[in-house]
Amino acid sequence: MPPVLVSRFTATSCIGRGLDQTLAALLDRQSGLKQCAFQDIDISTWVGEVDAVDDEEMEPELRDFNCRNNRLAQLALRQDGFAEAVDTAASRWGRRRIGVFLGTSTAGILQTEWAFRRRDPVSGCLPADFVYAATHSPYSLSDFIRRKLRLEGPAMSVSSACSSSAKVLASAKRMLDAGLIDAAVVGGVDSLCATTLYGFHSLGLLADGPCRPFSDDRKGISLGEAAAYLLLERMPDSPDGDAVLLLGVGESSDAYHMSSPHPKGLGARMAMEQALSSAGLSPASIDYINLHGTATLNNDSSEAKAVAGVFGATTPCSSTKGATGHTLGAAGALEAVICAIAIQHDLMPAGPEAGLRDTTTGIQYLMSNQRQRVSHILSNSFGFGGSNCSLVFGRSA
Amino acid sequence: MTLISAYLEGIGLLGPGVPDWPQGLAILAGQTPYQQQKTVLSPPASLPPAERRRASPGVMAALEVGHKACAMAGVRPAEPASVFASSGGDGRICHAICSALASGDTMISPTQFHNSVHNAISGYWGIAAGAMTPSSVVSAHDGSFAAGLLEAVMLLGSEQRPVLLIACDSDYPQPLHDARPVPDTFAVALLLTTMPHPGKTIAQLSFCGDTLFTDAEVQPMDDHALETLRQSIPAARCLPLLQLIARGEAGRVVLDYVNPPRLAVDVAPCS
Repeated sequence: MPPVLVSRFTATSCIGRGLDQTLAALLDRQSGLKQCAFQDIDISTWVGEVDAVDDEEMEPELRDFNCRNNRLAQLALRQDGFAEAVDTAASRWGRRRIGVFLGTSTAGILQTEWAFRRRDPVSGCLPADFVYAATHSPYSLSDFIRRKLRLEGPAMSVSSACSSSAKVLASAKRMLDAGLIDAAVVGGVDSLCATTLYGFHSLGLLADGPCRPFSDDRKGISLGEAAAYLLLERMPDSPDGDAVLLLGVGESSDAYHMSSPHPKGLGARMAMEQALSSAGLSPASIDYINLHGTATLNNDSSEAKAVAGVFGATTPCSSTKGATGHTLGAAGALEAVICAIAIQHDLMPAGPEAGLRDTTTGIQYLMSNQRQRVSHILSNSFGFGGSNCSLVFGRSA
Repeated sequence: MTLISAYLEGIGLLGPGVPDWPQGLAILAGQTPYQQQKTVLSPPASLPPAERRRASPGVMAALEVGHKACAMAGVRPAEPASVFASSGGDGRICHAICSALASGDTMISPTQFHNSVHNAISGYWGIAAGAMTPSSVVSAHDGSFAAGLLEAVMLLGSEQRPVLLIACDSDYPQPLHDARPVPDTFAVALLLTTMPHPGKTIAQLSFCGDTLFTDAEVQPMDDHALETLRQSIPAARCLPLLQLIARGEAGRVVLDYVNPPRLAVDVAPCS
């Protein structure tokens, strides 16, 4: 199948609003993680919180959608002229020919958590201002963005935990390949909430300091929040020389365990191999791998085995979650945007300084940023339930 | 113009007053009157004992219809790629977690937490069926069935292997029930193939690029109780499609999707 043009992209996470700040943080190897001071959460952990999300104001006609997840979604949509680029695409293709496919793991569940804290003491009812469809529902995110962008084509949310916003690129590519749409707004938004913070805490997976993927002293994940969008379009006859392309997608299921990856990384390996095959590339042509790299021992070990099995020990790779935290359902799209930045700026980002690397993994983990031409990147996203997705990005020339 | 076809070879169905597809077929074909009853759920034999004991209504219903659709089509459950469509995640777990957090109890059960993900059913299907194939997990509120059907047909085209669509929704306890009044569990599974198999294919489903996204209205079910069922559980928005199939009729059916557009499917019986 032909490549798909990534004609515009943007990301907002704890390392920055939009591309300039995100690039600067990657170049400086900064981390946006801080000691958790989110609402009244009482856990000793570090999180990647986006500043001033709650300052966002909703248009009156979209006030039902007012929740932290949609406020973050709106804040990010304003960056880098993304909404304007979608408008331009809409005038070229038509509003019915543009899909909206967004990933989220928890959507606006923070709103539901607070609604339960505001139940009527006598009747037990939730407060009257709680609107399920516009905040709690996984589709609330796609519905909100589709309304903000005034698009009229196909739409859905994908909610497959931490692979959600990688898999939306696969779904969009299929629909583009089938000729049902000419463009798609894809991406992911997930925001901090008590369910995921206390949930990962109860699983014993949260680090008490900033997460250190693939370090020899890693102690678990740091949660973050992010919103990232990519505008995918049918491939033009003569794309710009530095245009970023989505070349291939690969998906698989572990069929192993709900919250532990396959110990040998079998599902991860299948996803990577399928992504390469769909892109028509050999492992040797991949210049850099953006790892899922959550910084739990199990996840890192399983992914390293899978990567070493497909690529051997020489392909440079790194996880950027030490900078952004694990943004769950937004991670796939956030890291897709980081891949697009890497291609356009000849950068292989190493992530923040993180002490000694785990040298037992048999992969070429980057110890420092590399500045060199990056033609092909593979990005991994794996989630609970054994949901795996790998994406391959490239450049047009 | 784009014309995409899928061949329906297996159906699984379970809902209030609809214990399986053969009885659903009789009801939808007008041979048996529909009588609403609580959905009868059974623990999935295909899961290991610990997972079986903890299986939620959604997992029980989805696994049952999925296995039945595969058996009807004569397809090994590990073989198809899969699509899971659901309006929301597990309502009881969501209630339990939000209630505990509101009462200041922050020790969430690890099992409840990993079962709270929207793709829990996909994960359990993978484990039960031994399926390592791609699995999509989609949601479009009341249009989730149509979103899943469209995703399944797209996956069929790219994977060139059978695709199992499972749409499933279950009820929330109070107080969430007031905000999202889904009354019971409903699950439907469709096993789709890229090529027809004479004697096995039930119907051809076609999607015409010009008309599949439509402003046309959904034709309500003739039977008032079935129409109530269709409107009250998102997965039951499949009923107009199943009715055409049950009656062995050819025609175009319009399904609720992201209104607008709705999704138009052309159905042609094959047996």
